[in-house]
Amino acid sequence: MKKNIFLTVVFLIFPLVMQASDNLFYVSFASRVMIYALAATSLNLVLGYGGMISFGHAAFVGTGAYVASICVAEGVKSAWLGWPAAVAAAALAALVIGAVSLRTRGVYFIMITLAFAQMAFYLVSSMKAYGGDEGLTLPSRASDLGNEVVFYYVVLFLLSASLLLLHRLANSRFGRAIVAIRENETRAEAVGLPVFRYQLACFVIGGAVAGLAGALLANHGKYVNPNVLHWSQSGELMIMVILGGVGRLWGGAIGAAVLLGLEHLIADYPIAWLERLAPNYQDHASLGVGLVLLAIVLFAPQGLAGLADRKTRGGNSAAA
Amino acid sequence: MKTLKTLLVATSFVLANQAHSADKLKIGFVSTLSGPSAALGVDIRDAFQLAIKMNGGRLGGLPVEVLVGDDQFKPELGRQIAEKYVKLDKVNFLTGFVFSNIMLASVPVAFENKVIYVSPNAAPSPLAGKDCNPYFFVASWPNDAYHEAAGQHATNKGYKSAYLIAPNYQAGKDSLAGFKRFYKGQIAAEVYTQLGQLDYSAELAQVRAAKPAALYIFLPGGMGINFIKQFVAAGLSQDIPLIVPGFGDDQDIIRPVGEALLGTFDTAHWALDLDNPANKKFVAAFEKEYKRLPSVFAAQGYDTAQLIDSAVRGVKGKVEDVEAVRKAMKAAKFDSVRGAFKFNRNQYPIQNYYLRVVAKDAQGRLVNKSIGTVFKDRGDAYVQDCAMK
Amino acid sequence: MLFLLAAGLTLVFGIMDMINLAHGSLYMLGAFLASTFVALTGSFTAGVLLAVAATAVLGMILETTILRSLYARDHLSQVLATFALILILNEVVRLVWGSDAPLPMPGALSGPVELLPGLRYPAYRLLIIGVGFFMALLLYFLVARTRIGMLVRAGASNREMALAMGVNIRLLFTLVFGAGAALCAVAGALLAPLLAVQVGMGENILILAFVVIVIGGIGSIRGALVGAILVGVVDTIGRAFLPLAFGLFFQPRVASAAGPAIASVTIYLLMAGILYFRPKGLFPARG
Repeated sequence: MKKNIFLTVVFLIFPLVMQASDNLFYVSFASRVMIYALAATSLNLVLGYGGMISFGHAAFVGTGAYVASICVAEGVKSAWLGWPAAVAAAALAALVIGAVSLRTRGVYFIMITLAFAQMAFYLVSSMKAYGGDEGLTLPSRASDLGNEVVFYYVVLFLLSASLLLLHRLANSRFGRAIVAIRENETRAEAVGLPVFRYQLACFVIGGAVAGLAGALLANHGKYVNPNVLHWSQSGELMIMVILGGVGRLWGGAIGAAVLLGLEHLIADYPIAWLERLAPNYQDHASLGVGLVLLAIVLFAPQGLAGLADRKTRGGNSAAA
Repeated sequence: MKTLKTLLVATSFVLANQAHSADKLKIGFVSTLSGPSAALGVDIRDAFQLAIKMNGGRLGGLPVEVLVGDDQFKPELGRQIAEKYVKLDKVNFLTGFVFSNIMLASVPVAFENKVIYVSPNAAPSPLAGKDCNPYFFVASWPNDAYHEAAGQHATNKGYKSAYLIAPNYQAGKDSLAGFKRFYKGQIAAEVYTQLGQLDYSAELAQVRAAKPAALYIFLPGGMGINFIKQFVAAGLSQDIPLIVPGFGDDQDIIRPVGEALLGTFDTAHWALDLDNPANKKFVAAFEKEYKRLPSVFAAQGYDTAQLIDSAVRGVKGKVEDVEAVRKAMKAAKFDSVRGAFKFNRNQYPIQNYYLRVVAKDAQGRLVNKSIGTVFKDRGDAYVQDCAMK
Repeated sequence: MLFLLAAGLTLVFGIMDMINLAHGSLYMLGAFLASTFVALTGSFTAGVLLAVAATAVLGMILETTILRSLYARDHLSQVLATFALILILNEVVRLVWGSDAPLPMPGALSGPVELLPGLRYPAYRLLIIGVGFFMALLLYFLVARTRIGMLVRAGASNREMALAMGVNIRLLFTLVFGAGAALCAVAGALLAPLLAVQVGMGENILILAFVVIVIGGIGSIRGALVGAILVGVVDTIGRAFLPLAFGLFFQPRVASAAGPAIASVTIYLLMAGILYFRPKGLFPARG
């Protein structure tokens, strides 16, 4: 309990401290981490709890990002209008893609979600009116959320709300059903669970939250381009999920924080002895990421949250 | 307890980074340094750093720290690095981008934070006209310029029809618009390919079917290398004369493509053999340092550094006064390798454009020889839309 | 060339039931190795052959060390682990070679060949078509007519049964993987002079390869061939003619953008369509 209060306080006063020391860059960075945490958490719902290996999740993030951007670009500057629109668009996309894809299983599912993501990518690239390949730069953030500190709190609020939602969902009947379906689909069907409907619902919820993350991402950088939808972005999100812990409440958030934090540290804070050992190691950060990921898959499939759980007896995760 | 410790470590990292001396010049250099088009960014960077080295590690009298970042041809990455340089490292100048799309995505963060961006290459038309910005200076040439000169050349040569190919992005649009502005013949076709595309079999089939009198392409970097190779492999080079903008057959293309380029005409604002002392010094120094001939990109990178040098000297090192730096930069008091250099009121250059041809020099190397002047003192077509004085 | 990658991929997936995202990286390795070996030996053919052999060996090493532990794991772990491999291999290549290693086309083949009077076709592309055809025949012969081929087919259609019948599965798997890697290398080395040899070249073609095997049916080489031809044809026709067709209705810029975009999408639509009606692809190997 004490730990929780402490963490909450830290998160709340962090931006004020940074602002005072003229380090607004870090507030912006923290917002970015939280946005990715949100996206990763949405994937965690679909992938971790639902067991659906969707390689097309970036498409939902991208849909949200583009809808939110187009709203601002076309003059609809209020976030109250733009962001729900983004969420709705992403949910709709998830509904359509899910309805078609969930008829398949296994690798076919992976492939078809990937295919849809690529389709979305190419379609968006061809939208010359909204930048196409070059991307779209926003004149300002929705609702003029230009103040980094204010934006940080908005993102923090949305992330917390989403995590709370996930927690409630995971511990509800819906959550248990989804996990049961993931564990053994045939048995779940035999017990009378409408598998397709539950999976689709899970997929859509995940897509909707991803859309929100996308809207936040576009507003944060005031820039969006088709690469947000590329399947390699789906891969990045997956890395975050597995790093943090598949199917664990904090998995997405931890994974995002660790991955982005590591990337920043490696790129911007050279370590002298490592530099001597391998000059230019900073350019090759992905190598480290790849190795870490491989190690986790091979040796610690429960991710960092799983490792933490093993240390403290009886963790607070909702994984089965 | 653990969390508290990590927090302390993190904050100390952050605070340690605050050591920021105001008597040093920090320049953020972001460019495309990897991938098939890396040669361009590398040339600009090498020439830029050469200029600093020749000035004793200083620009305008101040010691310089250049932060170099690689955008890997990705706009969002370029933007991220630019943001970091501007907001975290608090650079005094930002520069380096090769490609217009990456630059357009990345410079807004500089403009918003009153950091001057000096472009060593990309100079798209919106920023010359209605979007002109006081913090944007062009040390190269307006995007349309080479293409306008090429169009004029095609008109001069009397080609009845021209087939046009460019990638589908701002600079591509600008290029063909520029060509058409001065080409008076018939346009056989205007084809836009995908940015970064490397396989042109479909497009070449279309060219063959159209049988134009001349083919004009704007395909920078790896795109051009591949296109020209495939163009020659398909046998089309025997039938259709190829015209390119100056960088389409400069050193970075000559190296991989080779003799197939002999006889190709192009237009540019600079050539290796331009006869002025600054250029002779530059070409000799570049060749000595890097063991290769400089391309038009290198010339631009060198001039960028010189321009910054002149601006800093103009304010006697007081770079905190950004308005004064701007004024000094606009005066452009430096010896450009292209000869005379002056800015238009939209901070784009007014200069000459030459006709060049790929031929062998005295040592048998493939170079671009200047053989004539196509335009004298040309500005650009968009300055009237710019509100700046 | 797409067929070569797809064939290797479908075999690996079909027999070992393993999704290998790093397949594209083997293709990339083949291209880079070819670039080095051709430069070293001065001969295009020797360089390519050496590259193929080297990649096959590297592939087999990869299989025996890392990939073997993934066979028993679930698909997600395989996806993630091989994705990690892509990252690692990309960076390793970048460390060793830099971001790219251009491979010039062999001089004799860089000119056109006069197929029919007035119809000139690049000689090199003829070579590629020829090699592709030859490899298809070779694979058919191997799989359909030899004992090893029979074992491969048996393993593809029912692994447990094959195991029960005493087939040395481990060796078979390693060999199949090596063969897959070799196929990748042939494709990579041959395509290298045409396309750019650069880090990350594997990812783009990987997706296409997956689309091909999904269309063709996992585990079936015939399916890979049919799928590859289908995809190749649709892609080229789409890119060549859709912009022209669009040009009739729209302005050049729009047509040029929409054309290739729709063309790329067509392939995926093709895949989605086929999967909808034949969820296991056109020629599934599994019963």
